[in-house]
Amino acid sequence: MAAAELHTAAGNPAATPAANPAAGAIRVENVDVTFSEGTVVALKDVSVEIPQGAFVTILGPSGCGKSTLMRAIADLVPAARGVVDVQGQSPRDARRDRNFSYVFQDATLLPWRTALENVQLPLEVGGGGDAHADPRDLLELVGLKGRENALPSELSGGMRQRVAIARALVTKPKILLMDEPFGALDEITRDKLNEEVLRIWRETGTTILFVTHSIPEAAFLGEYVLMLAAHPGRVKEFMKVELPPERRLADRDTLEFVQITAHLRKLLEEC
Amino acid sequence: MAEASQIPMPVPAPRLNRMLDAVVARGPALAAVAGLLLLWQGVVWFFEVPEYMAPSPVAVLGAFQENAGTLWLNFWPTFFEAALGFVAGNLVAILLAVWFVHNSTAERAFFPIAVFINTIPIIALAPVLVLIFGNGFAPKIIIAGLICFFPTLVNMVRGLKAVPPATLDLMRVLSASNWEIFWKVRLQSSLPFLFAALKIASTTCVIGAIVAEWIGSNFGLGALIIEATFNFRSPLLYATVFTAALLAVVMFALVSFAEAKLIRWKTSDVH
Repeated sequence: MAAAELHTAAGNPAATPAANPAAGAIRVENVDVTFSEGTVVALKDVSVEIPQGAFVTILGPSGCGKSTLMRAIADLVPAARGVVDVQGQSPRDARRDRNFSYVFQDATLLPWRTALENVQLPLEVGGGGDAHADPRDLLELVGLKGRENALPSELSGGMRQRVAIARALVTKPKILLMDEPFGALDEITRDKLNEEVLRIWRETGTTILFVTHSIPEAAFLGEYVLMLAAHPGRVKEFMKVELPPERRLADRDTLEFVQITAHLRKLLEEC
Repeated sequence: MAEASQIPMPVPAPRLNRMLDAVVARGPALAAVAGLLLLWQGVVWFFEVPEYMAPSPVAVLGAFQENAGTLWLNFWPTFFEAALGFVAGNLVAILLAVWFVHNSTAERAFFPIAVFINTIPIIALAPVLVLIFGNGFAPKIIIAGLICFFPTLVNMVRGLKAVPPATLDLMRVLSASNWEIFWKVRLQSSLPFLFAALKIASTTCVIGAIVAEWIGSNFGLGALIIEATFNFRSPLLYATVFTAALLAVVMFALVSFAEAKLIRWKTSDVH
C-alpha cells in the first residue's frame, strides 16, 4: 500500500489515493538535489519522515542544505533523485492544492499593500484555493489587530514577519514551511515570536518545518530536531526533544533544556 | 461690547498661517530670484545694454503684456505636441519593456536598435522627419515622442525586473500565473522606476517639440523663438523662452502629482 503511494521526482500523473492518516505529513526518501548540472551536490541521499502535526526544527551548519530541503519539499527546486511526498502527493500537486505555505527569511510583503491586503494575496492568485481563514482573524491571531491598514514600511521587522505568518495561514495549510523566519530579527522579538509560533501550532494543529541555525531556538520549538551535516548535505540525526509540549521561555533555563542544547551543540560540532 | 471682538474672523486663521508658513519656507528661493532679477535689471541699466542684445526684466514683462495673445496662441500647439509625444513615446516604451521582460529573444533583437535610435542626435533627425511628414503636427509629435522613449524603456525594463527573488519564490509557492505575477507584482514594483523616467520625459518632450518647430514650422513656441530672434525682438524672445519653461514646469508638476497619487509606499527598507 505504501509503495503504491510513492511519487517519483519526475511527478507521477496517476491519481493520488487519499492520504493514509497514519502516514507521515512529509516523506523524503533517498533524495539528491544537485545544482549547476549535477556538479554541486546540495543534498545527498536524504531520507526522513515527518509525522502528521509535528513541529520539526531543522538545524545544521551553513551549506548543509537546510533551505534546499525545504525548497525541494515546496517544489521550488526539483529532486535529482529520490521521492518527495507531501500529504500523499507530489510537491507540485501539493503546491497546487495549497497543502503547504512557505514563510521566508524576508517577510516578502508587497510594499504597496496594507497588512490586510498582503494577507489576502494568496486568495487572489493561483486560483485562490478552496478553504481559507478570515484574514482579519489571522491578523488578530498574530497580534496585529488594529494595524490592518498599515503599510509594511510602517511596521517593524517583527510585525512584518507576523504579517507573513498570517499570510501563510490564510489558506489553512496542512503544512507550514518556515525558512529561518526570525533570522533577521533581534533576540527579544525573536523570543516573543517563538512563543507565538508555538501557540499558533497548538491552536491550528499544522505540521511545521522550521529551519534555524540557532541551537536554543531549535530545541525550544521542536518536538523533533532534524540535524543535517554539510558537504554534501545529509541527515546527521533525527531526534525527539524530550521536553513537555507546553513550553515557556523560562523553560530554557532548566537543566533538561541545557542538557539538550549541549547535546545538539556536540552533534553540530561533529558535522 | 467686549464680546463683539471675540467673534471669530471669517477667514480661518490656520489656513492663513499655513500659507504664510509656505511663503516663509520658500523665502530663500524667492529672495534669490528677486535678487537675480534686480541684478539683471541693474546690469542692463548700468552698462546701457541695447535692448536687442539683452532686454531688461521690465522690458520682458512688457513683452508678456504686449504679446499675451501671440504667446497664448503659440503655447497650445507646443503643449499639444509635447503632451501627445509624451504619451505616445512613453506608451511604446512601456509596451516594449513589457515585451522584453517576458521575451529575452525580443530584448536581444530589439534593444540594440533602441540604443541606436537613442544615439541619433534629435536635431539631426528633425529635418529628416520634416521632409517625410511635412510642416504639420506629425514630425513634432514624433520627435517629442522619440526623446521620451529611451529613458523610459531602460527604466521600465529595470523596474519590471526589480522584483526580489524571494517575492518570485512566494508567487511560485502560491502557484501564481505569469499574468498574475505581472499584474500583482511586476507592474507595481516598476512604478517608481517608471516615474523617475516620466519626470525626465516631462521636460524633454517640450524640448523635442520646440526643436522640431525650429526646423520647419510657422506655429508654436519654437517658431516664435525663431521669428523673434530673426526680427531682433529680444523681449518677445525672452518671454517665449519663459513660456516654454513654464510649459515644462507644468508637465513636470502633472507627472509629480500623478506619482504622488499612485505611489504611496516607500521603496527602501521593505522586501
